[in-house]
Amino acid sequence: MYDKEQARKVHEEKERWEETTVQKALSRFPERYEKFTTISGKPVERLYTPDNVVDLDYFRDLGFPGEFPFTRGPYPTMYRGRLWTMRMFAGFGTAEETNERFKYLLAEGETGLSIAFDLPTLYGYDTDAPEAEGEFGKCGVAVSSLRDMEILLDGIPLDEITTSMTINSPAAVIWAMYIVTAEKRGIPRRVLGGTIQNDILKEYIAQKEYIFPPEPSMRLVVDTIEFAANEMPRWHPISISGYHIREAGSTAVQELAFTLADGFTYVEAALERGLDVDAFAPRLSFFFNVHNDFFEEIAKFRAARRIWARAMRDKYGAKNPRSWTLRFHAQTAGCTLTAQQPENNIVRVAIQALAAVLGGAQSLHTNSMDEALALPSEKAVRIALRTQQIIAHETEVTNTIDPLGGSFYVEALTNRMEEEANEYFRRIESLGGVIPAIEKGFFQQEIADAAFRYQLEVDAKRRIIVGVNEYVEEEPLEIPLLEMDPEGYDRQVRRLQELRRTRDNREVTRTLHEVREAARNGKNLMYPILDAVAAYATLGEIMGILREEFGEWEEPVWF
Amino acid sequence: MASSRKVRVLVAKPGLDGHDRGAKVVARALRDAGFEVIYTGIRQTPEAIAEAALQEDVDVVGLSILSGAHMALVPKIMRLLKEKGLNDVLVLVGGIIPDEDVPKLKALGVKGVFGPGTLTTDIIAFIRRELNLDTEEAPKAA
Repeated sequence: MYDKEQARKVHEEKERWEETTVQKALSRFPERYEKFTTISGKPVERLYTPDNVVDLDYFRDLGFPGEFPFTRGPYPTMYRGRLWTMRMFAGFGTAEETNERFKYLLAEGETGLSIAFDLPTLYGYDTDAPEAEGEFGKCGVAVSSLRDMEILLDGIPLDEITTSMTINSPAAVIWAMYIVTAEKRGIPRRVLGGTIQNDILKEYIAQKEYIFPPEPSMRLVVDTIEFAANEMPRWHPISISGYHIREAGSTAVQELAFTLADGFTYVEAALERGLDVDAFAPRLSFFFNVHNDFFEEIAKFRAARRIWARAMRDKYGAKNPRSWTLRFHAQTAGCTLTAQQPENNIVRVAIQALAAVLGGAQSLHTNSMDEALALPSEKAVRIALRTQQIIAHETEVTNTIDPLGGSFYVEALTNRMEEEANEYFRRIESLGGVIPAIEKGFFQQEIADAAFRYQLEVDAKRRIIVGVNEYVEEEPLEIPLLEMDPEGYDRQVRRLQELRRTRDNREVTRTLHEVREAARNGKNLMYPILDAVAAYATLGEIMGILREEFGEWEEPVWF
Repeated sequence: MASSRKVRVLVAKPGLDGHDRGAKVVARALRDAGFEVIYTGIRQTPEAIAEAALQEDVDVVGLSILSGAHMALVPKIMRLLKEKGLNDVLVLVGGIIPDEDVPKLKALGVKGVFGPGTLTTDIIAFIRRELNLDTEEAPKAA
């Protein structure tokens, strides 16, 4: 991008500057640290100049928005055409309580739904299962059957809004509940838009909400990808997620590399099923964390688009440009929220959200200030949403595309991200691929090492966390926390018991048998699961059959 | 307990919560500080945790819970530990614990509750103090 001769001259001049002007300043005012690093521990130079990006080729490496390799953005007009979707992750207690929260958020101007399920639901247990003790409604909403889903979505225009559901092991069942709810209202499945997270690989790697061993889990994922390709052209059957990898303590480049490696693994699995790459690749979507290191995060998003585009076109032979484009949802980093002086989190979230926007996110969730303490209160979640609205409407950063493109620092970081991710791809390959690497504990160990390194830096005050290891105040907490309906659990269990009594149990038995048959004979599981859900078989019943057929995964323990 | 052996710590994750970053970081910090650490892995039942505490003959049990299920799980674990005669084990809880629940947990016999942002050095110092360990030496049970 830069003239080689000029870059050489800049390099020489930079050396001169370091030896004279900088040295003179350093002798009087030493720098604050001997070495400066990104939050991921990567070295950062004092100054970036054209010689740091001398090999960058504008057409090869950056190009134009909406064109290969999409470094500058997946769409030709980006936020000048349409703002990102403001999608707040929400769910707690009963379906009734969460339905009320959804309506509140929509009234306040959010533009997409995002459903958080409670832990029993995420593990495929009904609310009254013994394994679910104490966990009802704590981390999200409890959905044990189609009945709960109908209540949850009551009054929500499913033909107009898109819905993202954070659900993984039981994704096929929960998705079926959503589809049947819409169809019972006369909305055909082909018009439904939304996303199921359905990314099982990162569960083994980081979030740990797996149920089955990797092989049947991957089969279920490919079943849903195939179903979407055939029946639901507006749905994203998977959201390949780095968010949880980062929250578990990875560095930025680990998040990037492990997520894309997972993505390639899904592509390969779908190709093995015999699907055409351009039939499913345009509906793959991504989900990244947006952490504190502003420029490193922006570089991560830009590198992600470039790596994906190159692999999809050159390695997997996709022809449709939509198969080459990486589109992503971002969420501000929950692990950066502090329980101490929680109002400070508003500022952290605002800066992180700005990085997501400058990195070209398609959809964004902003965390609420109280989330290191509890599920968000209405006021906290409103401020979080307002933060996005302020960025969208007041800062004017949306006026031009990829405004940091061409920054020597951001381009150098973007290049380094891509190189280091490629290095990880080679290591994963040498371990036999993503699933063997999971079985060997490779990712888990890499992440645990990075998390521990970071904690040591915080313990030693090498990294300052305002209000935690510096600027500490002893003050009582002054923000109101969410109170849940204390009767919620009993109401949910009563509803579930009544459902089991009053539904057509013969039909339930018949459809569950079909689920078992498909699990055994390899037919796409989505169809029998849809029938079972429509007969009001519960989540626990359907997942129970699959648990029996597929077995359960236990991970080797490391720390 | 024998006076010559290392202090033994069980780090455990009860319930369905899979967020194991904190548990692993604390386990490793304690190990680096000279403790003998046993980590249970995730999704452990209260029964399995109490049994592991007994079998491993531990001096300290650290429970990590971020899901909000602590008021259902911790009382059960405390009861099971007592039933097994483990009355002297130092029990600590870490995770997302609202202020109002801290006194309730302490009334059950939990000695320390550590929320988000706790430095590992503070947890180590707390254990040493509670077990009357000589801070100059590697931790030995008194």
